[in-house]
Amino acid sequence: MSDALHNFWLILSKPDNVPIVLMIILVVFYCWLAYKQARRNDRLGIFEATQSDKVQVWPYLVKIEFLVTIIVLIVLTVWAITINAPLEEAANPTLTPNPSKAPWYFLGLQEMLVYFDPWIAGVMLPTFIIVGLILVPYVDPNPKGNGYYTFKERPFAIATFAIGFLILWVLLIVLGTFMRGPGWYYFWPWEFWDTHRVVALTNIDIWEGLFGIPSKNVDGSFNLLQVALGGILVIGFLVALPMWIWKKYKEKSPVLRQMGALKFGMTAVLFLMMAGLPIKMFLRLAFNIKYIWVFGIGHDLFFNI
Amino acid sequence: MALKLPFVPPKPPPMEKMKKDITQSEAWKSIFRHSYQDNQRNRALQIVDNVFLHLHPVRVPRHATNYSFTWGMGGITFLLFIHLTVTGIILMFWYRPTEAFAFQDMKALMNDVAFGPLLRNLHRWAAHSMVITVMLHMFRVFLTGSYKPPRQFNWGVGVILLLLTFLLSFTGYLLPWDQLSIWAVTVGTNMARSVPLQGSEGPFSNYLGLRPDNDIRFILLGGTQVGEPTLLRFYVGHCIFLPFIAATLMAVHFWRVRKDGGISGPVMNTKASEGAKYIAEKMATKRIAQIKGAPANGNGTAAPVKAPAAPKPAAAPVTAAPSAGAAPAPPPTAGGAKAPPPWLKK
Ligand code: HEM
Repeated sequence: MSDALHNFWLILSKPDNVPIVLMIILVVFYCWLAYKQARRNDRLGIFEATQSDKVQVWPYLVKIEFLVTIIVLIVLTVWAITINAPLEEAANPTLTPNPSKAPWYFLGLQEMLVYFDPWIAGVMLPTFIIVGLILVPYVDPNPKGNGYYTFKERPFAIATFAIGFLILWVLLIVLGTFMRGPGWYYFWPWEFWDTHRVVALTNIDIWEGLFGIPSKNVDGSFNLLQVALGGILVIGFLVALPMWIWKKYKEKSPVLRQMGALKFGMTAVLFLMMAGLPIKMFLRLAFNIKYIWVFGIGHDLFFNI
Repeated sequence: MALKLPFVPPKPPPMEKMKKDITQSEAWKSIFRHSYQDNQRNRALQIVDNVFLHLHPVRVPRHATNYSFTWGMGGITFLLFIHLTVTGIILMFWYRPTEAFAFQDMKALMNDVAFGPLLRNLHRWAAHSMVITVMLHMFRVFLTGSYKPPRQFNWGVGVILLLLTFLLSFTGYLLPWDQLSIWAVTVGTNMARSVPLQGSEGPFSNYLGLRPDNDIRFILLGGTQVGEPTLLRFYVGHCIFLPFIAATLMAVHFWRVRKDGGISGPVMNTKASEGAKYIAEKMATKRIAQIKGAPANGNGTAAPVKAPAAPKPAAAPVTAAPSAGAAPAPPPTAGGAKAPPPWLKK
């Protein structure tokens, strides 16, 4: 036990993992800071200053910048004196380390590779993240909450972004760093990172698990019933569901009408794709579900979702 | 003792005289354009007469100096970028991006070069920190809703800067040329195999005849695996190409922060944010009208924004609206809905 904890300490204190520990601390601190201000604003209303409430940049802002500069440089210098950047063995293309990990900030993306095919997890989803982020200001219909912390005035936006950033980005990085060991298996902190760990492959496609409908026939072709069921579920989730919501609520909801069909459609599809990730992760980790839809067109277009 | 007459003023002490001689000299005056007496005018000149400081306006709303509001994260990100540029340039004196030298140079840096480890550590830890601070900066901007009108475009510029920060860090990761670097970069660049229509294992690759030696990953790496050409590509990208683009976009980003009315806040009183307030109010009014069931584009009371445009005398001073754009919009009944600010007309 203590050996294992020692093992975990070694991982935790690896020079390249120190920044991640720092990130955890900073994220927790700033969440608290933002929460505190949002709660105050939501309770008391925002403080509205007047035209005259301006201060001169020199010295009131420059002073702070100067102070922050010095603090940051001191922290960096102390850090650089006390901890050496890692330098491992010389590059050897014939010797693959296990586990092979991307740089830490991409570990959330590497984690997604477990659940989807590379062209989806490694190419399409990152693209959607970037595109989705750029679109945020153009699809957010809420004019309120511009320039101050609040939760009450934009609960949906804040909750979505917080979950996306804190759980799907930061938490996945943390898990990928500290708990993904050899073979990209999950290891608990007290477990030794055994490079020879063998895990029985018990993952099963959802329709086979539920109804015994295999994904492929004996001759290797796709089972059409499975293709239909999976297709209905996936396309239903990403396309039919937003259309249904639009139809049902566009009369009642001024927000939807203000957004219009196009903006609503884009927002809904991006949102549902984001929501799909934790759903799929949950199905895999809790029920060993491999895929929901196994389908391919031609030689190389595969939807293993 | 009798007073000596006529009265001779005491000689100024030599220091005072020297100071005066210096500060009145042509050379001094050509460099320092104002005196340093503490008054409002000199404080303003201190900002506008300095090429670096004039990034700032002369005065800012009080909340913009509040660390709890901005967390200082954009500024710290910029500071780290400058720090990385400086340490990076010095590192370039010690590093050759070839298979034969790269790793050896790193070893030498860590063992033989005076202050080599300090230099390398400073660069590496600052790089990791910059990734963290840029993510936190984005988180802050989202939480304060600062991407909303008129700052939509600057948010987009920011997203590209986020991407560039990742790419800068990623390309730098390869340069030590040890096991950690080449395998991390191998894992990362393997994704390029799967790009639809571009990668040898991506959708439609068979139809396009894409192979490992002619697809997009090949272009990226300069080979079928991470090797010497990759090292050179990443080196040039890391040291010149990406920093150049990032610096350019940062200039755009900062310029935009100013043009969009400075740091966002519940107070809207600058020229540009007057426009933002107008848009926000217009949106809110429209929405209230919709909630009340009035036609969205009707020309009744539901759309007061259009109505007063014509009758209002142009010279009438625009009265400061009591509520900021962010607060619930005033009910659309009173005919006093503001005309669009002059620069938004038409
Ligand atoms: C290299 C990266 C970046 C640098 C150096 C940078 C720098 C800055 C600075 C110095 C400010 C002034 C206010 C502050 O410090 O918070 C600012 C504001 C802003 N940044 Fe960035 N930024 C970067 C990346 C980003 C990213 C990733 C985003 C969002 C996706 C973003 C969006 C914005 C917006 C919308 C503002 C205006 C905020 C307001 O008015 O309150 N920036 N940036």
